[in-house]
Amino acid sequence: MDFALSSDVVEFRDEIRSIIREFVTPEIADRMHTTGVFDAPELNLELGRRGILERACPGLGKGDPIEMYVMFNELEKAGAPYDGLAVALMIAAVVNKLGTDEQKERIIPSIISGEALVCMGYSEADFGSDLASIKTRAVKDGDEWVINGSKMWTTLAQVAEWLILLTRTDLDLPKHKGLTMFMLPMNTPGITVEPVHTLGTEITNATWYDDVRVGDEAVLGDENGGWRTMTTVLAFERGVMGGTNAGVPLLRHFHEWAVANGVFNEPTTRERMARSIIDMQVATLLTMRSAWIAASGGMPGLEGSMTKVFAVEAYQRASRWTQATAGPAGLLQFHEEGAAGEGFVEYDARHSPVMSIYGGTTEINRNNIAERHLGLPKSR
Amino acid sequence: MSVDLGLSPDQESIAELFNGFFSNEAPPAVARAAEPLGFDRELWNKVIELGAPGMGCAVENGGGGASLGDLVVVAETVGRSIAPIPLIDHLAALSVLTESDLVAGEAIAAVAVRPADANGIWSLVPAGAVADVVIGVDGDETVVVRSTPPMSGPLNHGSMPLADRSAREGTRTVLGPASLFEVVLDRWKLLTAAALVGIAEAAKELGVAYVKDREQFGVPVGSFQAVQHGLADLPVAIDGGRLLTHKAAWALDNVTDGLIDWANNEITDGPTLATMAFLFAADGAVMATDRSLHYHGGYGFAEEYDIQMYYRRARGWSLILGDSTSVGLSLADRLFGTVEG
Repeated sequence: MDFALSSDVVEFRDEIRSIIREFVTPEIADRMHTTGVFDAPELNLELGRRGILERACPGLGKGDPIEMYVMFNELEKAGAPYDGLAVALMIAAVVNKLGTDEQKERIIPSIISGEALVCMGYSEADFGSDLASIKTRAVKDGDEWVINGSKMWTTLAQVAEWLILLTRTDLDLPKHKGLTMFMLPMNTPGITVEPVHTLGTEITNATWYDDVRVGDEAVLGDENGGWRTMTTVLAFERGVMGGTNAGVPLLRHFHEWAVANGVFNEPTTRERMARSIIDMQVATLLTMRSAWIAASGGMPGLEGSMTKVFAVEAYQRASRWTQATAGPAGLLQFHEEGAAGEGFVEYDARHSPVMSIYGGTTEINRNNIAERHLGLPKSR
Repeated sequence: MSVDLGLSPDQESIAELFNGFFSNEAPPAVARAAEPLGFDRELWNKVIELGAPGMGCAVENGGGGASLGDLVVVAETVGRSIAPIPLIDHLAALSVLTESDLVAGEAIAAVAVRPADANGIWSLVPAGAVADVVIGVDGDETVVVRSTPPMSGPLNHGSMPLADRSAREGTRTVLGPASLFEVVLDRWKLLTAAALVGIAEAAKELGVAYVKDREQFGVPVGSFQAVQHGLADLPVAIDGGRLLTHKAAWALDNVTDGLIDWANNEITDGPTLATMAFLFAADGAVMATDRSLHYHGGYGFAEEYDIQMYYRRARGWSLILGDSTSVGLSLADRLFGTVEG
């Protein structure tokens, strides 16, 4: 095996690092915690201006999954707000793969320039893991589609230009077959956005669709082919767009605090820290493996599930012991005097439980591994 | 150089050769028959024919010139089969020993993984009961001692050929300062990590096969989600351990002045990675054997079933280096520097 990045990927990584140094200032990192929007427009624009977004986007530019992994891993390790970018690039890749020429021309440039964000309307109040049962309806009316229903967890809807929306278009077909995906501008009349405040700071939304009218140009992929579009989205995500090294900045912040407060020499703390560092290495190697499989022409869906289960639980372990070790200081929030890790210890204890839920719960991922890797019978 | 996380064609062949060899020549019944000593001379003689004992040695010394990545592949097959031969120890010792009878495997070498005590005794040396040569630290020196192996030792959890050996009696050669031993111990940790990944892999396979076959309430036990989710963690720990072990091998083979930049999760220092891999693979093997044994129900603790042999070795092969806190703290020292005072 070879674990060295090629020289042009190293160059690419160094360019991203220099952009991070310039654009991910403490103010910007702080802003995500005060606004609840995990996105930095000035960073996106710079990455877009330099052609990096196009280069990292699957199917466009160089489209090297290793570079995509490197970009998101660097952003995540630096504690940069990158959620907006991850969703936008993932959807740009899907449009590139499944969209019409007209859709590609209309949508992709706005994303890879770093200007436009995308929000995803999949889950509903009553359907989370059982996604294929969603009820939001799209009904054909002449040349138009009329969409009615509501979505839950439509993160970034308050700032996004685009919405990708999973709807039911045929009630007679089996539940996975009667779905159609739409991609439409968020300023289309009939869309209402209501914020949902969360434990982990990030603001998400409930969104309502009342007689939202769009034409066929908004259908992404085939009519009644929404599930395939959905699985294409997940395949592009490949578990390499961040979300697997969230413990790295936490350990750095905790360590600074522990050293400054004279508690880092405790053997228990040192051992726990060392073990979390092992976890972070393993998480990044599993992520890199997904990228390598994708780079070799494979589809690392199952490996993505494995990475997610491991990486999220590793992050949760780290946030649990760092907070417990910090004691009262681990309760104090950002900007409070004496807060452990400048408040990150407290923040990560709120953020880490979110991670085993969104984007596919660990239970759904364990089902995948049990059924598809171990070959055990379907259990539900 | 660019990222490539697959085995090379050569390594694929090595894996096929050794997995085939061990499944033919060393099914679990062989390990069972070799208990309690944990050594089968006949099997050792057969691996000599494969050229395994000297495969990591330089070609000019009569060895096979294999890379550490190749040896990791072999070590995993040893763990998978729990073959009762001290191949891991021997391959590690031969990172610095070049005598022709060792390269050929006619004599067996062991690694005293902990320094000798004040009386010059290396306690509980893995493979110490059967090795003709032991390498280890005595005081501030790395020494090699040739003496007659006791061919017996204390009964132990992992049915390992453990024995106390003297660092001073027998034919003693001083190789150099104690620091010279680090390369041997790094290789021992690396190859033991790989063997522990093999143990975890075998435990996973035994457990999955059992729960597919065993029925209760009219359905396979493996159709219950509680059982599935416990087993689903195993391939993750195995793949993670394998990747980390191979990264350590790659770093030891290729990287000089590697990074220990944990704050940015950039670690390419071979010895650091070898210790990380050892700790992670030990945890993985313990978890995999725990869960697999448990999902066997009562048969899991019946001696007649094989999983209990893997369960004991997962603990034996890792704890022989030292308690896991001490090993964890030795890693902390590498990562953060030692604590003053």
